Amino acid sequence: MAKIVEGLLYSESHEWVRVDGGYACIGITDYAQQALGAISYVEMPDEGEEFARGEEFGAVESVKAASNLYCPVSGVVSQINEELVDAPELLNQDAFANWIIKVELDASSHVDELMDAAAYVEMCSKL
Amino acid sequence: MGFAYFPHTDEDIRLMLERVGAGRLEDLYSDVPSDVLYGKEYSLPDAMSELEIRRYFSGLASRNSKLLCLCGLGAYDHYSPSVASSVISRSEFQTAYTPYQPEVSQGTLRYIFEFQSMIAELTGMDCANASMYDGATSAAEAVIMAVSCAKKKTKVLVSEGLLPQVVDVVKTYASYNGIELGFIPCCGGVTSADAMTEGLSGEDVAGILVPGINRYGIIENLDGFADEVHSHKALLMVYSDPSSLAVIKTPGEWGADIVCGDAQSLGMPLCFGGPYAGFLACRQEFVRKLPGRIVGATSDLDGKRAFVLTLQAREQHIRREKATSNICSNQSLMALYATVYMSLMGPEGLREVNALSYGGAHYLHDALVDTGLFEDAFGKPFLKEFTLRAKVPVDSLQKALLDIGVFGAVEVGDSLVNFCVTEKVAKEELDRVVEHLKSVLYEVL
Amino acid sequence: MKYYDKLIFELSKEGRKGYSLPRNTWGRSLEELPQGLRRSSGPCLPQVSEPDVVRHYTNLSQMNFGVDSGFYPLGSCTMKYNPKINEEIASMQEFSGLHPLQPASSVQGALMLYRDLARALSEITGMAGFTLAPFAGAHGELTGLMIIRSYHNSRGDFRRTRIIVPDSAHGTNPASAAVCGLEVVQVKSNSAGLVDVADLKPLLDDTVAGIMMTNPNTLGLFEKDIKEIASLVHECGGLLYYDGANMNPLLGTVRPGDMGFDVMHLNLHKTFSTPHGGGGPGAGPVGVAAHLVPHLPVPRVCEGEDGAFHVDYGQCAGDTSCGRVSGFMGNFGVLLRAYSYVLALGKQNIKMAGPLAVLGANYIKESLKDCFRLPVEGVCKHEFVFDGLADQSSGVTTLDIAKRLLDYGYHAPTIYFPLLFHQSIMIEPTETESKETLDGFIEVMRRIAGEAVADPQILKSAPHGTPVRRLDEVTAARRPVLTYRALADAGLAAGR
Repeated sequence: MAKIVEGLLYSESHEWVRVDGGYACIGITDYAQQALGAISYVEMPDEGEEFARGEEFGAVESVKAASNLYCPVSGVVSQINEELVDAPELLNQDAFANWIIKVELDASSHVDELMDAAAYVEMCSKL
Repeated sequence: MGFAYFPHTDEDIRLMLERVGAGRLEDLYSDVPSDVLYGKEYSLPDAMSELEIRRYFSGLASRNSKLLCLCGLGAYDHYSPSVASSVISRSEFQTAYTPYQPEVSQGTLRYIFEFQSMIAELTGMDCANASMYDGATSAAEAVIMAVSCAKKKTKVLVSEGLLPQVVDVVKTYASYNGIELGFIPCCGGVTSADAMTEGLSGEDVAGILVPGINRYGIIENLDGFADEVHSHKALLMVYSDPSSLAVIKTPGEWGADIVCGDAQSLGMPLCFGGPYAGFLACRQEFVRKLPGRIVGATSDLDGKRAFVLTLQAREQHIRREKATSNICSNQSLMALYATVYMSLMGPEGLREVNALSYGGAHYLHDALVDTGLFEDAFGKPFLKEFTLRAKVPVDSLQKALLDIGVFGAVEVGDSLVNFCVTEKVAKEELDRVVEHLKSVLYEVL
Repeated sequence: MKYYDKLIFELSKEGRKGYSLPRNTWGRSLEELPQGLRRSSGPCLPQVSEPDVVRHYTNLSQMNFGVDSGFYPLGSCTMKYNPKINEEIASMQEFSGLHPLQPASSVQGALMLYRDLARALSEITGMAGFTLAPFAGAHGELTGLMIIRSYHNSRGDFRRTRIIVPDSAHGTNPASAAVCGLEVVQVKSNSAGLVDVADLKPLLDDTVAGIMMTNPNTLGLFEKDIKEIASLVHECGGLLYYDGANMNPLLGTVRPGDMGFDVMHLNLHKTFSTPHGGGGPGAGPVGVAAHLVPHLPVPRVCEGEDGAFHVDYGQCAGDTSCGRVSGFMGNFGVLLRAYSYVLALGKQNIKMAGPLAVLGANYIKESLKDCFRLPVEGVCKHEFVFDGLADQSSGVTTLDIAKRLLDYGYHAPTIYFPLLFHQSIMIEPTETESKETLDGFIEVMRRIAGEAVADPQILKSAPHGTPVRRLDEVTAARRPVLTYRALADAGLAAGR
């Protein structure tokens, strides 16, 4: 059974978002990391790159699978999690404790369109 | 009746059909609409015995002429060691599939690892893939890779000094892939640095592709290219002849990011254009964008050192339409050929191959210029192939060569002709060529 | 098979050599080249003797499994016997010594081979013309799609940028389409495992360049609605592409051209018996219907009125070729082997090739379907797919079964493909395997099904008798070590 963290926001493509002021940390959910298996590589964007909601910003790879990452909010990448470069397995150890990118939110960031934990659990239960 | 490759006796077929619950072999096609079944006899030759097959191919062979090869232009008549062809004919290598089951494919996986290591050594890059189809397609893949590394830029500049067939294949791939190509002209027989700088100024270029040795045989001086390219956040790609890289400055030393080319010059038979093996090498930071098969080292459950296809998440069977390339094979057996060749030659042997080719090519160059029938076209440094300006009609020149069983003087520009000499050519043969040209061409001068 | 741990670099010793070259009497030196153009220090290649090299690669070969070693039921790969006469022909000096740019007058035999093979393939497939330039199946797909785009573009029909690909397709189909700048639209399979015509219809409009199909498909099932699909796609102005990876069961029986396909490739290393070479070189010739012949890539081999052959590089004005896709004329050595096979088959033996391949597949399927889950019943073609064990309560997976087969001296089938099932095991025996070989395989598969109940651990930890056991693929991907230099840096190089 996949872990869920209350208080975070969720996207249909299994990213979680933690909004903090004008910034948001983005990662993948426990459900996503379980589905991928042992994660071998996290492809991340450069700092300063701009993404619209729904745009691809990177990918997570395991030995036998790969999954693109879609930006759940609109904004500019302010930081990437350098730790994941050498230790992608951190996402397997705790997907919620390890964000992938930090984004400075646009005025129209679409944060309000994301799901809460309950809605995300509901969605996963139907998959 | 019966056929050597099909082991089934009539009795076998009967028993097997019985198990399947079919009366006749035709019943196995009951799901095929009758109007697409081909009921007729194929218009093919009668089945041949092995003797007849040999006779047929001897007949074909007699319609080819064995010529002394003084031509390069992307296919080089280097010496092929007997060990290389002997090793690749071992059926454990030859009749195996792609090494998907590593536990029973350590032979293939190890030589690919060795190949990658050797290509990385020659090119001065950090890593290489398991090989591509040929040099021209490896160049096309390099161009696509550069665009993928650059993310939002979709233009690539290509030197007109590249071999024509390489330019053509790159053009084909780019036109369908949606990559805009710009061309860097040659000036004085070499890629124009000024034109490159000009081309980069639009800040829309993902990378540039230049030759290490160009279509005129000239060793390009790429001093300053990498800095210029990198200052525009673009990548430098170099198309290289791997044999030459044992002695000439490597793409790594020039500051290249991606290196492509054809491993044919590593002793592979000319074989009318194939099979050869392309190669693709790059700096570590781009390895996740490198297309094709890649082998990596790891260990098994018992901790034994072992090798395996790795970084497969880039590939078509996982990424499908999002893969870095559609390639799902390599020229594995030819990569083995190159690996065995490089093992035999070592650094000294490769150096000697180049020294012999250099000596022969410069001998022929000087002797031809001395005849007065040619003049030097560019006056720039070359290794084993060179371009002369013919003062006689090129077709008379080519015919004169063919008359004595020599292939050379391929036209590479207006009155410009290519010659190439490898370690296989002896001084007596070159003297004979020069004397013959003097004897028949002075009258058309 | 025995484990042998050396890399060639680990046999190296300064001063050893494995080559012999003529004495250098030219009186010239590489030092004449400007220093700025010379390599600063030599490449770190091994220095080994000739016997070292021979023994090393012989040892490596003994950790490999080929068709000559044993049964290789790898689905979709058509691992048939590779006749030895083909190798003898391909090594003839009169072919292997030809430079690709030699004047046509000196290579008439090579050009004739090109014409003859193209003609035979046209006859066998019902297409009008062939290019032999593509190097592999995936390269053929890409070339074929370029031809399709070239055709639409030549008619000013620039909107056709979508290509329909079934969900059961080989991964190369969507990847080739993407490289060719086409947008991939997926069409679903129905419960019978075939392309769902109802799902296809709404996808067809004037933006469709064509559809890529494999027939029989990757489940080994014949797409019996093919004529209807062909007319639907043609009506909307699209073209049909035939993925020839699964052509073997149709060899001598059904021609793609007669099914309505406009473009196709063949894998000569599958259907036409040339060796797979551990991943290549193969060849992926592309055949087209008459209206697409002008779009075939250059260079082309042409026959003059005098019967002499020449090479057309497409430089005339108005040439509508899709472009050049290979440096020279394709993998000529592979083409020689394939034609040698065509001559051995002849019009007599070719008729048995497909049917015997189909017989073998059905024989295995019917003999094992009580032990393994068969998702789609009915007659298959050259291959079929099991979805794991019939009884999966032991937790034994397809991977475990595949690995256990290695212990019993068989190569594993293709696993986890097609993606339609979770535990796919795809088995293709080919027509060159005897009933005894198939019986042996069937017996072992049944034994493995029994082991899954009696001793599942022996499967989960298989293989046991191979030179190495299961590998740590995760570490290989997380921290790639791709060269000997990196291996040495990581402290993993073995001393002498």
